[in-house]
Amino acid sequence: MARIQLDRLAHAYVANPGKPEDYALRRLDHVWEDGGAYALLGPSGCGKTTLLNIISGLLQPSEGRVLFDGRDVTALPPQQRNIAQVFQFPVIYDTMSVYDNLAFPLRNRKVPEATVRRRVQEVAEMLELSAVLHRPGRGLGAEGKQLISLGRGLVREDVAAILFDEPLTVIDPHLKWRLRGKLKEIHERLRPTMVYVTHDQTEALTFAEKVVVMYEGRVVQVGTPQELFENPAHTFVGYFIGSPGMNLLPVRVDGGAAVVDGQRIPLDPDTAAAGGRHPGRLELGIRPEFLQLGRAQTPDAVPVRITAVEDLGTAMLVTVTLGSHTLRVKLPEGGEVPAAEGWLSFPVRWTKLYADGQLIGQGGRHG
Amino acid sequence: MDKPVNQKAWLLVLPVVVTVAFSAVIPLMTVVNYSVQDIFDPQTRYFVGTEWFQMVLENDRIWAALGRQLLFSLAVLLIQIPLGIGIALTMPKRGPWVSVCLILLALPLLVPWNVVGTIWQIFARPDIGLAGRLINELGFSYNYTRDPLDAWLTVLVMDVWHWTSLVVLLCYAGLQAIPDAFYQAARIDGASRFAVFRYIELPKLKGVLLIAVLLRFMDSFMIYAEPFVLTGGGPGSSTTFLSQLLTTMAVGQFDLGPAAAFSLIYFLIILLFSYVFYQAMANLGKAEK
Amino acid sequence: MKKRYLILLVYIVFLMLPLYWMLNMSLKTTAETLTTFSLVPQNLTFDNYRVIFTNPAWYSGYLNSISYVSLNTVMSLLVALPAAYAFSRFRFLGDKHLFFWLLTNRMAPPAVFLLPFFQLYSSVGLFDTHLAVALAHMLFNVPLAVWILEGFMSGVPKEIDETAYLDGYSFPRFFLTIFLPLIRAGVGVTAFFCFMFSWVELLLARTLTSVNAKPIVAVMTRTVSASGLDWGVLTAAGVLTLVPGALVIWFVRNHIAKGFALGRV
Repeated sequence: MARIQLDRLAHAYVANPGKPEDYALRRLDHVWEDGGAYALLGPSGCGKTTLLNIISGLLQPSEGRVLFDGRDVTALPPQQRNIAQVFQFPVIYDTMSVYDNLAFPLRNRKVPEATVRRRVQEVAEMLELSAVLHRPGRGLGAEGKQLISLGRGLVREDVAAILFDEPLTVIDPHLKWRLRGKLKEIHERLRPTMVYVTHDQTEALTFAEKVVVMYEGRVVQVGTPQELFENPAHTFVGYFIGSPGMNLLPVRVDGGAAVVDGQRIPLDPDTAAAGGRHPGRLELGIRPEFLQLGRAQTPDAVPVRITAVEDLGTAMLVTVTLGSHTLRVKLPEGGEVPAAEGWLSFPVRWTKLYADGQLIGQGGRHG
Repeated sequence: MDKPVNQKAWLLVLPVVVTVAFSAVIPLMTVVNYSVQDIFDPQTRYFVGTEWFQMVLENDRIWAALGRQLLFSLAVLLIQIPLGIGIALTMPKRGPWVSVCLILLALPLLVPWNVVGTIWQIFARPDIGLAGRLINELGFSYNYTRDPLDAWLTVLVMDVWHWTSLVVLLCYAGLQAIPDAFYQAARIDGASRFAVFRYIELPKLKGVLLIAVLLRFMDSFMIYAEPFVLTGGGPGSSTTFLSQLLTTMAVGQFDLGPAAAFSLIYFLIILLFSYVFYQAMANLGKAEK
Repeated sequence: MKKRYLILLVYIVFLMLPLYWMLNMSLKTTAETLTTFSLVPQNLTFDNYRVIFTNPAWYSGYLNSISYVSLNTVMSLLVALPAAYAFSRFRFLGDKHLFFWLLTNRMAPPAVFLLPFFQLYSSVGLFDTHLAVALAHMLFNVPLAVWILEGFMSGVPKEIDETAYLDGYSFPRFFLTIFLPLIRAGVGVTAFFCFMFSWVELLLARTLTSVNAKPIVAVMTRTVSASGLDWGVLTAAGVLTLVPGALVIWFVRNHIAKGFALGRV
């Protein structure tokens, strides 16, 4: 089990990178704590698989270092790094039995047969594969094969970290929870450092203790699922997490409020001050879950027109227009929805301001 | 792979069945027709039953040619399959040289078969051919028109030159179809290069290798133009293979009856061997438990 | 790393030598070829090529061959792709026997088919057409195509099909945008083999044509004259027959080389 540190890491697939766009992975410094369960979340092409492969050693970074427990492993090949990786689709050795599949990594390292037998049986029991140990590996379904892949990683006692590259992709949707549960179980029992790459926010938010959100080669935010939900540091995080994502309105700041289409939306003092100082493009962000919609006018509420109401079963999704902009509001099931016109309130606490995509003011890093 | 039963799949297969059956059934009927009759002219035909078949099976020249043919096809398989796999493994997977290699490899396959024989006819001559001259300069006395062993070796090398690329291309495509993740997982598992070949590449090549073995066996067993042009079957009859004998019977001697019977027997031999290869290789995977 | 490229280099040199010799012969007169041994032509001559380019029989031969071979390749692929998919994904009545039977059509000496095909295509009025040769060649190309494609298709995990359906893909869209790219190495190699086997086939092509669709391989057999074989013209034609095939493999090279890329997944 190891603490993985990424020191001034960056990667470009092209030979002489000049512009930031040449980099698949832009400069980042990050620590994955020993025993942590991390999700690496982001859309396709954001660089998460690149980052994963750099950690595992399948890819050499063009800049920076990778350290395991303080030891520089950047030049080491995968087999010397004590990591295990589970891939997007099941990778097993077709010609071998389940037992031989699990034993393979140990036998390659010349581990004595008695130890091999012990370890394989331990891991098989953990993964509930004991019953099929002597069947050919290719006879198992996708879920079983992914368990074998995982098992090959667990069977080595010195495994420092387990990396997952979208492992549930080929699993039956209604069986995904089973494999997810198994992964959580393994994590609780053995506490390896786990890094789980996915583009599915549900997977990320349910699996991880901490989520690293990536966008266009940059780490945009690191935090617990709750932090990401309540306090997105970047408009992308706001948009990507949550279903539907955060509402964004282009605004300018005047006095203590944000102004859009002539309507004033109150901001807390820090946020307003930061917005006033900032010359760039400003956007106001608020999650559909936090907006309040009512029939009667309340102080600081803005008039909106209701254009659509969707019953989601567990909630109601209302689409409204504010001037020339569209917003979505999520109301609890059974709540009262005005027919054609209503008043929308923006609780100051949940109203965020973004300058050029970055969060400013309350909760943000920039002052 | 667990495959569901679906009779509607026949619709997908129907075009293939129609085109191929249509082309195959009629000639088959014709051949069978000829093989059991003695036809002097369209009006005078006698049913002779198995007489032609017996004649064919008692013909010593046919047995001799069969023996030579089996030896030849065996040699072809033993050389071309491993060589093909080996060369495919040496080929680059990415980069500009891939195109160059593919084109150069493909060229021997594209030469019309009689031209192949023609080129080698000159190429292997000890007086005016590059290979012939070179071999004799190195001290070996080599003359494929006089020496049966030299003729055999020349035909064999010519076939290797001509057809190994087929095996290489099939294996190369098969190797490229292996997802990177398998190689990556093997690296993480600490597998040696040989283990990667044995546990990942070779099993995944089984499909293409089956096709390669069957194709090379069938085509080498039916080989006609190249050796005929190169050696004419000689010296003597040392390189007279089955196809040439058949053609001589049908065209030269115009014995259609025996030729038809011979064709059927010829076909059945190939069918038998192919079926054996097919079953053997299909079960190779299942046997490994 | 270096050793393996050395082996490859030696092998490629081995392949190139006879071809170089053919090129050599094509630039010499027949007389020079038969009397002297020279690594490069002593009297360089383009006469052989001139004969080919100026004689309409020769270049129409090329065009005819290219026509029916292209036609055959396209038709064989179109027919074989659905069949290969069926064999790969489903079980149905007689599937194993049907699969093997397909290949048996390549097990008979081609001479067997000459007379019946001649009668058949003449009776439907397709004698001496490109279509006739293209159809006739499907006899041996379609089984090959089905076999090769099935092999590559079976290498694609069925889970990918299922995931696509769950994501709402219709079958045609799935087949064209997801499935085919995954087996592109197989499709590339199949296309090339169909082209190649049809291109070099002589007996059927010669039997089913006379003037309008006469292929280049048949024209080349006419280089035998009273004074013997015209080595010069024959080898020049040989060199030129390499060009279309080389182009084909150049076009499919990316498909053969790309192999399995997980695309959208």
